[in-house]
Amino acid sequence: MTLRRHKALYHIGATLLAVLIMMPFFWMISTSLKSRGALLALPIEWFPQAPTLDNYFRLFSLDGFSNSIFNSLVVSFFSVAVTLISSAMAAFAFSKLEFRGRNALFMVYLATMMIPSQVLFIPLYLLMSEFRLADSLISLILPTVFKAFAIFMLRQQMLSIPKAYMESPAIDGAGLWTTFIRIICPMCKPGFATLSVICFMDTWNDYLLPLVMLTTKTKFTMPIILNSLNGQYQSEYNLLMAGALMSMVPILLLYAAAQKYFVSGLQVGGIKG
Amino acid sequence: MKRLKSKHSFISALPFLAPSLAGLILFSLIPILASLAISVTGWSGMSRVSLFNGFFAFVQTHFIGLTNYLDIFSDGEVWRVLSHNAYFIILYLPLMLLLSLLVASILHHKSRAAGKYRVMYYIPVLTSWVAGALIWKWLLSPEYGLVNNILAFFGVDGPLWLQSEVWAMPSIVLASVWKDMGFYGMILLAGLTGINPEYYDAADIDGANRWRKYTRVTLPMLSPILFYVIMLSLINAFQLFPQIMIMTKNGDAGPNGATMVMVERIYKYAFRYGRMGYAAAYSWILFIVIFSFTALQNILQKRWVHYDS
Repeated sequence: MTLRRHKALYHIGATLLAVLIMMPFFWMISTSLKSRGALLALPIEWFPQAPTLDNYFRLFSLDGFSNSIFNSLVVSFFSVAVTLISSAMAAFAFSKLEFRGRNALFMVYLATMMIPSQVLFIPLYLLMSEFRLADSLISLILPTVFKAFAIFMLRQQMLSIPKAYMESPAIDGAGLWTTFIRIICPMCKPGFATLSVICFMDTWNDYLLPLVMLTTKTKFTMPIILNSLNGQYQSEYNLLMAGALMSMVPILLLYAAAQKYFVSGLQVGGIKG
Repeated sequence: MKRLKSKHSFISALPFLAPSLAGLILFSLIPILASLAISVTGWSGMSRVSLFNGFFAFVQTHFIGLTNYLDIFSDGEVWRVLSHNAYFIILYLPLMLLLSLLVASILHHKSRAAGKYRVMYYIPVLTSWVAGALIWKWLLSPEYGLVNNILAFFGVDGPLWLQSEVWAMPSIVLASVWKDMGFYGMILLAGLTGINPEYYDAADIDGANRWRKYTRVTLPMLSPILFYVIMLSLINAFQLFPQIMIMTKNGDAGPNGATMVMVERIYKYAFRYGRMGYAAAYSWILFIVIFSFTALQNILQKRWVHYDS
């Protein structure tokens, strides 16, 4: 009897917390379906009495909004690709190759994680301007070629691969590249999947770097277009909520498809801070 | 650290290291040095500058020594800004810890519904800060927002939230706790899962009740992860930024500057007020603050964290 009461209590508590956490999203969706009149109706309408998709149509007709979806997808996709390739190569060198100065160099890589990104964005902006890359999507993709936490994470995974996998191909005369591509990389698939998911999410949701780099509306990523709509349409929350929901869709889809990698990504997600 | 017998030459490793090494130099080391150099100049950001062509001469002509750093500390604003960051932490940390422990405990329960709860608790973590902050700005709208209308239903006259000097920071805290509790909750969950069940069996034999088991077994065993979560959240708290930019009107840091914080200042000095040198110096002060906390973490960790085995 006490067991059943305890179980009921657990579900009541857990559901209550879930309702509290989900309430803002409910309010976002409900608001995004309201007309301007319903937005300012008192008492508030929990469910819009005359739901409309007008806000979504208006959103897509706004300058730069549909571009921003495309831009965010491009930046996120290429950032993931660049991070994976570059980090896997570095991780291979740091875990499987024994060269002089390896540990010292790895320490330098890790030490850069101590520097908060806010220290670097001014010179990074200057650097990109100098390469004539400021205000371009490339300026957001290029820096992901060096991601210390990604290298750290893949190195951990590669360290767990027994030495024999390095030695027998060498006896067969396979070069380092063949060993890397044919043997080591396929064994790191779970690590790649986890890393892809965290990197995609990080890039998709990133705010500071694109805020600094991008100035032309058609080049904005989704968070930045929402940021500018926030300034432009201050009180039109129906439009803003439609925008907020649209920006969440791809991540939610990814989460639905690859939930377990999000979970395993957490432990690593912590490291990068 | 043991010395490596070099089986491979550095040259054979170089192709594998080339992309990340180039990135390290271009996007990390050079910017670090450039940022240090800019922080000792009075550069406004208006005149053009090249990092590779005549940067040294540029630093020389604009050189003002440690003036920026001295100005920051004599101006007094930085103390106010740091106190805002500290105030955020004081409100945020206990609330976040309590709720993420609750999240972890709920998800740790062996129940078929736990998977569903996990999905829901995690959605704010997936949401971008921009979207999350927009939602909260609207929730906290004094007249038409959901929060004050619910409060009114219970006969409570809600505050002006983001438009009030007193409530602006608590509003930011509320949104941040909502956004982060799923994240830290999941980290704590990993800690809970790692506790050896034998400890609970031993406690059962001693006749310990639920509360006693929680305070005498769970919390001590969880302390390394709890400690890690506290340190991580402290470091993140000093970097809070997007929620301030979105939630306060025009990103102006709240009524009477009530939500001025470190990163917000750095961004504005650099890109709104045309004081790049000053902003760079400000960012190094942020670094020192964060670095001190990381160092503190390493010292304290040895003192009161209880490790299994």
